[in-house]
Amino acid sequence: MVDEETIRVVRCGGSELNFRRAVFSADSKYIFCVSGDFVKVYSTVTEECVHILHGHRNLVTGIQLNPNNHLQLYSCSLDGTIKLWDYIDGILIKTFIVGCKLHALFTVAQAEDSVFAIVNKEKPDIFQLVSVKLPKSSSQEVEAKELSFVLDYINQSPKCIAFGNEGVYVAAVREFYLSVYFFKKKTTSRFTLSSSRNKKHAKNNFTCVACHPTEDCIASGHMDGKIRLWRNFYDDKKYTYTCLHWHHDMVMDLAFSVTGTSLLSGGCESVLVEWRDATEKNKEFLPRLGATIEHISVSPAGDLFCTSHSDNKIIIIHRNLEASAVIQGLVKDRSIFTGLMIDPRTKALVLNGKPGHLQFYSLQSDKQLYNLDIIQQEYINDYGLIQIELTKAAFGCFGNWLATVEQRQEKETELELQMKLWMYNKKTQGFILNTKINMPHEDCITALCFCNAEKSEQPTLVTASKDGYFKVWILTDDSDIYKKAVGWTCDFVGSYHKYQATNCCFSEDGSLLAVSFEEIVTIWDSVTWELKCTFCQRAGKIRHLCFGRLTCSKYLLGATENGILCCWNLLSCALEWNAKLNVRVMEPDPNSENIAAISQSSVGSDLFVFKPSEPRPLYIQKGISREEVQWGVFVPRDVPESFTSEAYQWLNRSQFYFLTKSQSLLTFSTKSPEEKLTPTSKQLLAEESLPTTPFYFILGKHRQHQDEKLNETLENELVQLPLTENIPAVSELLHTPAHVLPSAAFLCSMFVNSLLLSKETKSAKEIPEDVDMEEEKESEDSDEENDFIEKVQDTNNTGLGEDIIHQLSKSEEKELRKFRKIDYSWIAAL
Amino acid sequence: MAGYKPVAIQTYPILGEKITQDTLYWNNYKTPVQIKEFGAVSKVDFSPQPPYNYAVTASSRIHIYGRYSQEPIKTFSRFKYTAYCATFRQDGRLLVAGSEDGGVQLFDISGRAPLRQFEGHTKAVHTVDFTADKYHVVSGADDYTVKLWDIPNSKEILTFKEHSDYVRCGCASKLNPDLFITGSYDHTVKMFDARTNTSVLSVEHGQPVESVLLFPSGGLLVSAGGRYVKVWDMLKGGQLLVSLKNHHKTVTCLCLSSSGQRLLSGSLDRKVKVYSTTSYKVVHSFDYAASILSLALAHEDETIVVGMTNGILSVKHRKSEAKKESIPRRRRPAYRTFIKGKNYMKQRDDILINRPAKKHLELYDRDLKHFRISKALDRVLDPTCTIKTPEITVSIIKELNRRGVLANALAGRDEKEISHVLNFLIRHLSQPRFAPVLINAAEIIIDIYLPVIGQSPVVDKKFLLLQGLVEKEIDYQRELLETLGMMDMLFATMRRKEGTSVLEHTSDGFPENKKIES
Repeated sequence: MVDEETIRVVRCGGSELNFRRAVFSADSKYIFCVSGDFVKVYSTVTEECVHILHGHRNLVTGIQLNPNNHLQLYSCSLDGTIKLWDYIDGILIKTFIVGCKLHALFTVAQAEDSVFAIVNKEKPDIFQLVSVKLPKSSSQEVEAKELSFVLDYINQSPKCIAFGNEGVYVAAVREFYLSVYFFKKKTTSRFTLSSSRNKKHAKNNFTCVACHPTEDCIASGHMDGKIRLWRNFYDDKKYTYTCLHWHHDMVMDLAFSVTGTSLLSGGCESVLVEWRDATEKNKEFLPRLGATIEHISVSPAGDLFCTSHSDNKIIIIHRNLEASAVIQGLVKDRSIFTGLMIDPRTKALVLNGKPGHLQFYSLQSDKQLYNLDIIQQEYINDYGLIQIELTKAAFGCFGNWLATVEQRQEKETELELQMKLWMYNKKTQGFILNTKINMPHEDCITALCFCNAEKSEQPTLVTASKDGYFKVWILTDDSDIYKKAVGWTCDFVGSYHKYQATNCCFSEDGSLLAVSFEEIVTIWDSVTWELKCTFCQRAGKIRHLCFGRLTCSKYLLGATENGILCCWNLLSCALEWNAKLNVRVMEPDPNSENIAAISQSSVGSDLFVFKPSEPRPLYIQKGISREEVQWGVFVPRDVPESFTSEAYQWLNRSQFYFLTKSQSLLTFSTKSPEEKLTPTSKQLLAEESLPTTPFYFILGKHRQHQDEKLNETLENELVQLPLTENIPAVSELLHTPAHVLPSAAFLCSMFVNSLLLSKETKSAKEIPEDVDMEEEKESEDSDEENDFIEKVQDTNNTGLGEDIIHQLSKSEEKELRKFRKIDYSWIAAL
Repeated sequence: MAGYKPVAIQTYPILGEKITQDTLYWNNYKTPVQIKEFGAVSKVDFSPQPPYNYAVTASSRIHIYGRYSQEPIKTFSRFKYTAYCATFRQDGRLLVAGSEDGGVQLFDISGRAPLRQFEGHTKAVHTVDFTADKYHVVSGADDYTVKLWDIPNSKEILTFKEHSDYVRCGCASKLNPDLFITGSYDHTVKMFDARTNTSVLSVEHGQPVESVLLFPSGGLLVSAGGRYVKVWDMLKGGQLLVSLKNHHKTVTCLCLSSSGQRLLSGSLDRKVKVYSTTSYKVVHSFDYAASILSLALAHEDETIVVGMTNGILSVKHRKSEAKKESIPRRRRPAYRTFIKGKNYMKQRDDILINRPAKKHLELYDRDLKHFRISKALDRVLDPTCTIKTPEITVSIIKELNRRGVLANALAGRDEKEISHVLNFLIRHLSQPRFAPVLINAAEIIIDIYLPVIGQSPVVDKKFLLLQGLVEKEIDYQRELLETLGMMDMLFATMRRKEGTSVLEHTSDGFPENKKIES
């Protein structure tokens, strides 16, 4: 149905949440953060994404609340526009076209109808702070070209600009200078740090600045970990500053609390420091926040803080320094060793996360599901330390087992290697360490694979190592009379002329194991562990190895470092075909015979999709990315697509995701990203078939009762009870996401009132309104129906049954209402 | 957000016997007391009543020993020929024994002369027992007969002539006064009922039966004969439940632990094996100096008494728990402080907030958490730690190295402290599991303390010791490599398949060793 559109590469979630400071709404209920081309609205209580504001065509670089209307939000982007949003409904109100790249946005309550922005006009690295006048106009798109220059030669980062004391002055820092511009006087004072004269060794560059909300006080953070509080800066000569020093490394961000009594600072120690009364003595700490603090922001109400971290995480912190919520995106500040994997149970994408952790990332909801601590050791963040790296991981036996390899190599000869096997525990719904193997090999492990054949009775794992061996590990029964236990032991050690083993791969049915030793591919029988045959093409070391699947299971594919892709026939033990292709990534599709290969050339990366049975590719897409593609994976679709065009059929059952060197996660899609990402708020709406909660039992019984009553009233029309689903209060209650509802105490009286029998005279007046409401709701329903097509599958049978009854009664009841209306008006006339 | 993660202490598989709760339980005995008897000890029986004396039958004497006495507290020696199977009655006041001449004699524990003499057997009586009602005695003899005697009027009540060979073992049911079991050299175990004139059940053991045992419930029967111990289900009509073949020689005696959870068997192969009665797997095994003929366990497994063919009686007493009490206890907070607030009943509107559980950290972990690296190292270099758990010390050194602060932690030590470190290195450097970490540490120490060498004779001596150790280790390695070369040559001539010999790792640490030497 959608085959006419072309496939294009789209960015799929996982964008940085920590790019700019997060912004709180006025009532601290929501938190806004930039995320690629979007602005995301999260609830501070439930951590759920409530809205995604999409409309910008390039990276969003700044967001600020509208100081004149706290229900509106400004955002600016590199596409040269400032947009005004209604964040509660997620609607774009206005677009101001500025026309040049905007790097940051500031609003000041005193400067009505104008905002401040950082632009670069002439040269690429010279940035200016300008004031943008936003013209008042009723049209949707307004040109805002009236820029007035404020400060020049400033730092690009918005952390280096701060507006102080109700917009009287603006402070900007760059390298060793602090410049303060006074709006009234229109003068700039510039302060230089004393040690900056000896520039070579000075490490006290300014890194960030913050202004006291009420007093004339500027706080600046420095590279050497000091915080300076500047006062009396109206005078170029008599200015003073005091020093606060706790951080041992660069101060990443500073923020004053709303009242200005305390100052918050953070850096790479991952400790939030609260300086009370701006003195060195009174400080409070919130340690162990997990990663470098990049940004700190404070809610306008003053009850919440939030810190953005380098591991793409936002922590919402209560005023008394207690973390209350964590919003975690895809962690990607480190290199990926494990590659992309799919957890067979959750269908989540699995890859390296925080140091020493595996992250499980949901592609559908763009959210990290959980972190699995693999290394389980204290992470010491120090420059130049050689850390233990999680280098390999593999899932086996339908997600029941997870194998991980960690290594630390200090010198050439000193290698620490550890393999861990984790078992999925159904009770705790997580992986539990089962076996730990020290030094499974003498040298680095190059490949790791489970035998994933369906009928294999014994879980089997194969590791290939640079020491020239491959080892077969099997699960054995380790139980005695005291406890039941299973553990992994080495079953077989194989080698081929002491060549380094580079890859290993099981065939689909698990009967054959292919291990590549540098240039040679060896095939082993997985029952007797006998060497069956060898293939050698003398075309360089084998980089990738995989078996064909389904109808193509007789083929074995190998890609070499010299840029040759070979396909061997296992029945004839001969080369079937080969092609010249510099393959970087080769991934088989678990649901079909297709194999995707991404080749690398000087221009960019190209994608080839082919079946092993024939050398002609099914589909070619040139230039999928300008940079190197490092990893790729096929993700099975929940609902198969139906592309009829032959070229796109490979996308029917699986989706292909790949990760480039700069760690952007990309995929192929015919849909635009807006369509792909369904706002969670819609999913959160209560469905028509209510779940069987205690609440349902009250209402559901009530409704059944109603239906019976209704049947009676069809005959005698004596008593009329309001139907629950027609009461606006009830429907609103049920159809609004829980986290945006007012408190239960507030709703209670309204809800109970709505359930009460209204007096006849009153009901006569209310009815017309009711009908209106209902009609409105019905139209909404029809809109929503499209969105809920997918959801219908989830609803159970009983729910469906009730739905039918419910809809029937609705139509009947509608007629009934009309009837009643006439009837009552007649009574009222009497 | 996570808290401090404690240092992962590397665990090493313990070689040899696995430590289980059973090995702990059965090893918790003192060294055995050896008592010399006049002849082979054929039977040991504990009195079921306190003070749990035991009767030992050896040669023509029966000795009664008290629990801790090494000398017999009483002796019955009025036998002309060899006595057999002295057994206590359930109340511990009467004792019955068979004799080589076919007589069965009943003794009062306090008296000396026999109370009753049952005459009727023509050959040696090897087994006697009291029935559950305490008024009858069952005896089995080499004349193939089993007889039931009445104690009050010392009359024979019944005679069973169903066995076709010597009757050498038997026991009476503890629940039913009319049931008893005998095992014979005709390979059968038979159950007799005093209410009928015939056996009610017969099972084929397959070997001459040396010992039988009934479980306290009476549902299971254990028979021993030849190398086999067999367990039979009586309630299923004598079905074989399991056949155990864990001894090398004939099994001579059987015994149940006081809990009934473990079965013990003694054999001529000088071993006592302990089986679990749920899985019938051997959970523990004792070794003795001679072939075992008899075996008994005291009340609550307090004592194991084993009689052997060379006339030695080995008595093992359980280690007493009393010693721990003698250590002066530190004054703890009062009971009041622990129950403070615990008995508060939750009111209707209260919200219960639990205090977050505090994670216990080891002392070295606490130091590492606060980056007190030298102190953490000092703590694990304490002799109590290095001797008992060297792996903790090595793990901490490894962790410090991972943090890149090992040199800082090792530097600035005085003579006493550095000799602690060197002692540890000397003791453990050559162990392959610790070598990679400790060689690195040794290099660092040499680098740090090279300028001050010669100032302290104690430390210099330690350094020389270390050097000697390393030289010796290098010699070993060279010899090993030579041996390996020879073996390789042998293997090559045997045309052995390649790929199964893993002989590489022995040459580890070779270059490092040389470095230290320099």
